[in-house]
Amino acid sequence: MGQPFRFALLLSGVLTLAGPATGRAFAQATADHQYTTADVEAGSRLYVNQCSLCHGPNGDGVNGVDLRRGVFRRSVSDEDLARVITNGIAAAGMPNFRFQPAELNAILAYIRAGFDPSGTPVKVGDPARGRTIFAAKGGCATCHRVEGVGPRTAPDLSDIGAVRTPAALQRSLVDPTSAMLPINRPVRAVTKDGKTIRGRRLNEDTYTVQMIDDQERLVSLVKADLREYEIGKTSPMPPAGRTLSPEEVSDLVAYLLTLKGGL
Amino acid sequence: MALPKPFRFALLLAVVAVASLQLDAQVTSDRILKAAAEPQNWLTYNGTYSSQRYSTLAQITPDNVATLESKWVLQNQVFGAWQSNPIVVDGVMYLTERPNDVMAVDAKTGRMYWLYRWTPSPDARVCCGANNRGVAILGDTLFTGTLDGHLIALDAKNGKPLWNVTVADVKLAYSITLAPLIIKDKVIVGVGGGEFGIRGFVAAFDPKTGKELWRFHAIPEPGEKGHDSWREDHWKSGGGSVWVTGSYDPDLNLTYWGIGNPGPDWNPFQRPGDNLFTDSVVALDADTGELKWHFQFTPNDGYDYDSVQVPVLADINWRGTPTKAMMWANRNGYFYVLDRRTGKFLLGEPFVKVNWASGLDANGRPIQTRQPAGMPTYPGNQGGTNWYPPSFSPRTGLFYFSAWENYGTIYRPEEATYQPGRNFSGGGFAVAAPVPGAPTIGIGRRGPINNWTDEVGNGAVMAMDPQTGKAKWKVTQFDVTDGGMLTTGSDLLFTGGREGYFHALDARTGKLLWKTSLGGQIVMAPVTFEVDGKQYVSVISGSALFTFALRDN
Repeated sequence: MGQPFRFALLLSGVLTLAGPATGRAFAQATADHQYTTADVEAGSRLYVNQCSLCHGPNGDGVNGVDLRRGVFRRSVSDEDLARVITNGIAAAGMPNFRFQPAELNAILAYIRAGFDPSGTPVKVGDPARGRTIFAAKGGCATCHRVEGVGPRTAPDLSDIGAVRTPAALQRSLVDPTSAMLPINRPVRAVTKDGKTIRGRRLNEDTYTVQMIDDQERLVSLVKADLREYEIGKTSPMPPAGRTLSPEEVSDLVAYLLTLKGGL
Repeated sequence: MALPKPFRFALLLAVVAVASLQLDAQVTSDRILKAAAEPQNWLTYNGTYSSQRYSTLAQITPDNVATLESKWVLQNQVFGAWQSNPIVVDGVMYLTERPNDVMAVDAKTGRMYWLYRWTPSPDARVCCGANNRGVAILGDTLFTGTLDGHLIALDAKNGKPLWNVTVADVKLAYSITLAPLIIKDKVIVGVGGGEFGIRGFVAAFDPKTGKELWRFHAIPEPGEKGHDSWREDHWKSGGGSVWVTGSYDPDLNLTYWGIGNPGPDWNPFQRPGDNLFTDSVVALDADTGELKWHFQFTPNDGYDYDSVQVPVLADINWRGTPTKAMMWANRNGYFYVLDRRTGKFLLGEPFVKVNWASGLDANGRPIQTRQPAGMPTYPGNQGGTNWYPPSFSPRTGLFYFSAWENYGTIYRPEEATYQPGRNFSGGGFAVAAPVPGAPTIGIGRRGPINNWTDEVGNGAVMAMDPQTGKAKWKVTQFDVTDGGMLTTGSDLLFTGGREGYFHALDARTGKLLWKTSLGGQIVMAPVTFEVDGKQYVSVISGSALFTFALRDN
């Protein structure tokens, strides 16, 4: 591993591990999309008094629901959850709660933070709006593929809602480079005869690399046959915050959470 | 196709004659003592008592190694990492497979003579897979340890059990995963279970009857030397497992064993003191088991730095002085040279990034620098190296081993309550990753796609110069590696890794001379032997054992 590469790795490691202390820029970038720590703490107190009798201290007291892990019977968005809390579900024996808007906000924050005051409470918007943004304004569909539709240049997202938390999805949207999984990093290779190949890494070992190139061809390269070999550290995906409002990002998160694979 | 009768009879005679030649020679303790003098065989787990894993065989050379070809493949019948190390005796290979199968195979063709199966008790508990690392032989008896703590003697000619004794209580999560070691008239084993609050030991047994002859407590009880390194009753569940085969110096009559981590693994605050003899090497009188000396690599370990590496012995000229050396690349990230007569510390240098200690003092004791909560510790939980057998070549004077570079873990100590036979690890750890939620390195290879990448750690073959404690050369690998080492009289180094490549390197320079992709993780050390004048090299990759030799003319 070359020196510059290692240095970049070190930087990203520090950012991840040091969290709030040195991750201020990231915190700033994501603040609009999150509830506050004060919300989460207030929600924690409300939850213990108002909700835990039925839902239990870990949020899994009701069959088919795991509030801490974001498993709900019908709800997807924060709006859905707010409606259920406000209206109750008579048939299931859940009463209706008359919370102030700030209190409701706090309970949602506590649920979205995974019951963890140091967790990341992500706002989850409307999935139908998110679907539209995905296809149009967000430009996501120009690179990503969902359920057999769209290009293969970027990772297929058909099951992304099953394998990522809301916080991870939000991070990927707002700061794609810091959230990019190492395996997905872009590859640039130059063969001995001068041909340049670009693509997305699929697998790698000491001697070879497998990738899908920008023409969507599966390519396997022997490193010893290359003149240059470079793993990019910057995600080719533009940060969503440049073109989308915080509400639109929360809608996209909501849509992505509905993609559960299962084909 | 049926053969004509007379021919069939002649064939039978011939087979009997050959078989008798192969099987009748007894493996006396004297032969084991002089194992280096019969390089056609691989008589013990580590090849010889010095555990150098160096063979004088030299038919395969740097010039012809590229013409190696596969001669036979033995497919495993069970699933999971195959850490077994074959022994080879006069043309017969003996090896184990999960969970406790033992087999005898013709070393030239890979065809099987017999298969013995032992089904361990369902109470058997092991932290890291149903591993077994091989058998020992004395006379025409094989010895094998089991996951449920038995030691079994088998007839080497037919695989039938001769005796079967319980070494330790399976209900308390004791197990045996190492290959036994024969010294003179004793079978020596150690016990696993370091994640379950066992109290480890090394014990010797009578090869004729299975009667226990001596026992060394890796965790000393009141009145025994080292007990004052424990407070209260912590020693009773203090760990100190022994799960890799030791070495032996016949001149000193000392047998050396590496001792595993203290229990609970990750909470050192719960067991104040040095916690002897965890993470130590102990030198025992081979006749009595009496402790002669010890050297502790990691006192009051909070990182699972088992010191179960193979003690490698060599008589070398160390910085101008003829030295009975012991070389040791430890899981804690330091490479050590000790004087094996006394345990005196001669040298200790880090071979990977280390931040749990700022260095070693004049006696080799680490100056510990515990990292703040939430920050990564280097090397990480699986160590800078681990149990993968190293090799020392007296020709090159270099010590070869597998290292994990740039690999750190974040520890989370928690108070653990001892319950007999239950997990007693005291918290947990996470591998430091560049992105939250990214896939990370596992204890074994996680499938054929490396989606964790070298950003969470990479492997390296290191050629350590014991004179300086610095690597003379190293060859990095994209994934980490659990591959053991083999060196030969023609200065070849054979090893492999998790990626399923099997390599031959130039032992002097690290230059890659030959490689083949076998496709499955290599988590053992290759062995070499000779049958009918032909040198073979065997290696296990994934669920198959491959045997290579030069192309026939």
